[in-house]
Amino acid sequence: MQLIQLLIDGIASGCIYGLVALGFVLIYKATETINFAQGDILMLGAFVAYSLIGILGMDYLTGFALTVLIIAVFGFFLDAVVVRQIIGQPAFATVMLTIGLGFIFRGFASIYWGTDIFSFSTPFSGKITEFNGLIISYVNLSIIIGTAVLMSALYFFFTFSKIGVAMRASSENQLAAYYMGIPVKFIFSLIWSISAGVAAVAGVLLAPITLVDTSISLIGLKAFAAAVLGGFGSIPGAIVGGIIIGIVEQLCGTYENYLFEGVREISAYLVLILTLIIYPRGLFSDKAEVKKV
Amino acid sequence: MRFIFKTKYSQDINIAKHNGDRFWYSLLILIMVALPLVLDDFYLGEISYICILSIAGIGLMILSGYTGLASLGHAAFLGVGAYTHAFLLTNGIPFYASIPIVIIVSFLVGAAIGIPILRLTGMYLAIATLALGFIAEHVFIKWEHFTGGNRGLPVPQPEFLGMSFYDSVFFYYVCLVFLIAAMFAAINILRSPTGRAFVAIRDSEIAAQSLGVNLGLYKALSFAISGAFTGLAGALLAHYIGYLAPDIFNIFLSLTLLLLIVVGGMGSLHGTVFGAIFVGFLPQLIAICRDYLPSSIGSQPGLEPMLFGLILVFFILYEPLGIYGRWMKIKLFFELFPTYKRQTFKKQKVFTKSDRV
Repeated sequence: MQLIQLLIDGIASGCIYGLVALGFVLIYKATETINFAQGDILMLGAFVAYSLIGILGMDYLTGFALTVLIIAVFGFFLDAVVVRQIIGQPAFATVMLTIGLGFIFRGFASIYWGTDIFSFSTPFSGKITEFNGLIISYVNLSIIIGTAVLMSALYFFFTFSKIGVAMRASSENQLAAYYMGIPVKFIFSLIWSISAGVAAVAGVLLAPITLVDTSISLIGLKAFAAAVLGGFGSIPGAIVGGIIIGIVEQLCGTYENYLFEGVREISAYLVLILTLIIYPRGLFSDKAEVKKV
Repeated sequence: MRFIFKTKYSQDINIAKHNGDRFWYSLLILIMVALPLVLDDFYLGEISYICILSIAGIGLMILSGYTGLASLGHAAFLGVGAYTHAFLLTNGIPFYASIPIVIIVSFLVGAAIGIPILRLTGMYLAIATLALGFIAEHVFIKWEHFTGGNRGLPVPQPEFLGMSFYDSVFFYYVCLVFLIAAMFAAINILRSPTGRAFVAIRDSEIAAQSLGVNLGLYKALSFAISGAFTGLAGALLAHYIGYLAPDIFNIFLSLTLLLLIVVGGMGSLHGTVFGAIFVGFLPQLIAICRDYLPSSIGSQPGLEPMLFGLILVFFILYEPLGIYGRWMKIKLFFELFPTYKRQTFKKQKVFTKSDRV
């Protein structure tokens, strides 16, 4: 029973990793750049939600939707104004640029909102349900359901909508997509905006658990483990990888005595390194195999 | 404009290209040697710190600037160097024996880490080094027998050549000697076939491979050499800070090193020194900024990361070759005066390069 309880907690935190990893994957698939600021965008999402719901006193759902919208627009212009300028530069430049952006966001958040720890009330806070002796908190439930809804929405978007298909085409082959009349630049910015929006969703869902402060941006680094485990470039892989990381972290935390002290904090990074050494393709990778020397 | 008439092939790899170089660099060394006559202890300490940063920067520059491999966890090597040095000194090993051991240990650690993860390319490598940096920080905290854990580890300040490391003039000379030695070692590595292979890998892996460069071997070698330089810097840093705590070697230090080479100028050893001067004086710069900004913003703790990020983004976008690149442009302007053309350094239009095969 304890094991199942652990699994549920693991899945819930894993969904957050998965959502952040999803943001990496979307951007990587399309533009072959990695956004090291994904975790910081998540943090901005949580802070904006705090402003709207906690300070302005908006209704939870309205505030949620508005937050996602604001961050998505922000992501759009982030690409259109800043990131697009370094297209074609070596990967190193993108890495440094997005790390720098992450620092700016974090600095901005701590200047604008302060370094205290904030929280805002949600309909789920503090409520739990019991099911066959399992204790499931509404917060965890909201995360799992939210992820599932978002995933299916994205699935339908990429499969059936015209823009979604255009996005897949641009990721597949930029030049061919451009010849077909797809506005590739606009599509890329749109992908950044979806990715930022997903991060905002993760941030708002996460807020009741970790509360809102600048340190939650570190989740972005753990989410790398999820993305790599799932095979960078696969959308279902990101979510599955995230869930695995979440479960591993919970298990390591509980059985710390049998392993070594402090294993929980670095378990995600250990999984990341092991994956890269043993099976760098990841679980769900499509044809894009990791180039090996 | 100076024209160098080459009569021998060996002139291509001369350390000093012409007499002007010889004159200016000798003068620079003389000035550096004479500095303790004019400066007081505080500034000597600062300059010693800049020397240490430069050595670490040389290490990272060889890896990132010359071999094109990003490392987001280089503070781990500083930590390995610092802790090994402190551990050896505590156990009674003299300074002159400890430094070579530190260099060898960091070299081996670099090779041991490098061999498995360097099969990865581009961003996978960046992510892996990031994770390794976190794991290393954790190891420094938990391996208490060796590092003292969170309690920290005092660094013994031994006598060396009859002088104490507490004497800031002596410590300054030690750092200066190591910086000059490291610079010479780096220049010599980079003009040897090994260094040329590094640059070839940076510019095109496929081309390098077809010319017979063993990618795996040279990448691991670059990682190990880089680790050795950074480990040496770590050993000196241990003397500088005097008391080691694991949270010194965190990701922020790794990113500071990256800032150093980006600001200084990727792919130039001059850049490491420029970058080290910049990073060394960054805290003072931020303090000055705080005074000029309105107090509601100036007193915020978030200002530091924000400026850090802004500087990084500014250099990546507008001055990708850093301070050294700007210096070259200014030099060229005066060499070509009055026929300098703006277009010489105009950014070319480029398209997305794909890693996918």
